[in-house]
Amino acid sequence: MLDPRIIPCLLIKDKALFKTINFKNPKYVGDPINAVKIFNEKEVDELIVLDIDATIEKREPDYNMIEHLAEECRMPLCYGGGVTSSEQIQRIIQLGVEKVAISSAAIENPNLVAEASECVGNQSVVVVLDVKRNSLNGRYEVWIHNGYRATGMCPFELALQMEKLGAGEIVINSIDNDGLMKGFDFALVDRILKSINVPLTVLGGAGSLNDIGCLIDKYRIIGVAAGSLFLFKGVYKAVLINYPNRIEKDMLIEEYYRKRL
Amino acid sequence: MIAIIDYGLGNVKALANVYKRLNIPAIIIKQVEDLKRADKVILPGVGSFDNAMQKFENSGMRKLLCEMVFERHTPVLGVCVGMQMLACSSEEGSLPGLGWIDGEVIKFRLSSLKSSMRVPHMGWNDIKQVRTNALLQGLDVDSRFYFLHSYYFHCHKNEDIVAVTDYGGEFACVVNSGNIYGVQFHPEKSHQWGIRLLENFGKL
Repeated sequence: MLDPRIIPCLLIKDKALFKTINFKNPKYVGDPINAVKIFNEKEVDELIVLDIDATIEKREPDYNMIEHLAEECRMPLCYGGGVTSSEQIQRIIQLGVEKVAISSAAIENPNLVAEASECVGNQSVVVVLDVKRNSLNGRYEVWIHNGYRATGMCPFELALQMEKLGAGEIVINSIDNDGLMKGFDFALVDRILKSINVPLTVLGGAGSLNDIGCLIDKYRIIGVAAGSLFLFKGVYKAVLINYPNRIEKDMLIEEYYRKRL
Repeated sequence: MIAIIDYGLGNVKALANVYKRLNIPAIIIKQVEDLKRADKVILPGVGSFDNAMQKFENSGMRKLLCEMVFERHTPVLGVCVGMQMLACSSEEGSLPGLGWIDGEVIKFRLSSLKSSMRVPHMGWNDIKQVRTNALLQGLDVDSRFYFLHSYYFHCHKNEDIVAVTDYGGEFACVVNSGNIYGVQFHPEKSHQWGIRLLENFGKL
């Protein structure tokens, strides 16, 4: 039986590991390779690594860093950040990355998604949508350039468009919930899941394993990603890389997923 | 020595790393001359079928690999699209496959899946052995593997199917005919279970 995926998401800035709140105030967490080594031992389902500076600084992906990460990862790796062409995507895949995430570039140039899936296959093309609720009209809107620029676009229509062009997975990232650890935005997940047929991964808001359980309980086979939850411990958010061990994860999935089939 | 064929697709480095940790000699090869020294071969692959077939063809290794597989009976393991390349054809493309294992590659049909099931088939799934095979030694209980694919191998001969996985119906996830092996999942990204499978292949 296919299990839901529980995925740590690592943010990279100046080659180091950081964690943000609402996409702001990046806090230094440590060394990404060290984090990967710990997550290897924890046997995590997948790993997402996002270079949050690359697009804003208009620079190419850091291929040396990606190669190094891919060599260390004993789990599937999804890399995102600064990707603007299908040549870059092919190069990243050749470095040993399973999936490449595109966000700003996919929205500014949707044809990139089609080109990319043509050469590397749709299963390796992930589109990340950073979403924020408009405080005036309550509508969900897609933001690009790491939360700096509003597009006014509707995430639900955009997600379907991306799927039709060849995206094999959509990651929906809630800017409003980022780093708050207060739970996922179910209204957002509801609507996005109804819009698409490819796998969805939800990011932004996980504060406990129970939050993950609730999402799995409701949406069954889904990707659940989290940053803070797997990087910090306790009320003072001390850095402690963690992930449920095999027994804990099995119990979680048993309780929220298999038992309720 | 195991040769991991690098024709520009697939996670050759992750495969090589697993063997390095296992202390089993394996090298990544790009040149046809280097292939000659191998006593086992891994054919990785990601991406689209035609792209993989074309790139493999361009590598110039096909002829020698054929000789090794059919005359010297060198064991070969196809991984993911590398497994699909062993088939005769694929719905994903128009180029013929290698045709080393009788079958065709077909797409998951959304209509035959439950509503929560999506394509690609992405994530950790279990496998069910339908016959004992050295490749799966020690992997009969609770082993899980990472899958990432929209197409699957439809075997024409039941006896070539070693293990199946359920995703809206059972499909062949491990195939074997003689010295030719294929796995649909990514053993190089499947933690201890994948390591064990690659170790088993190394010990064939």
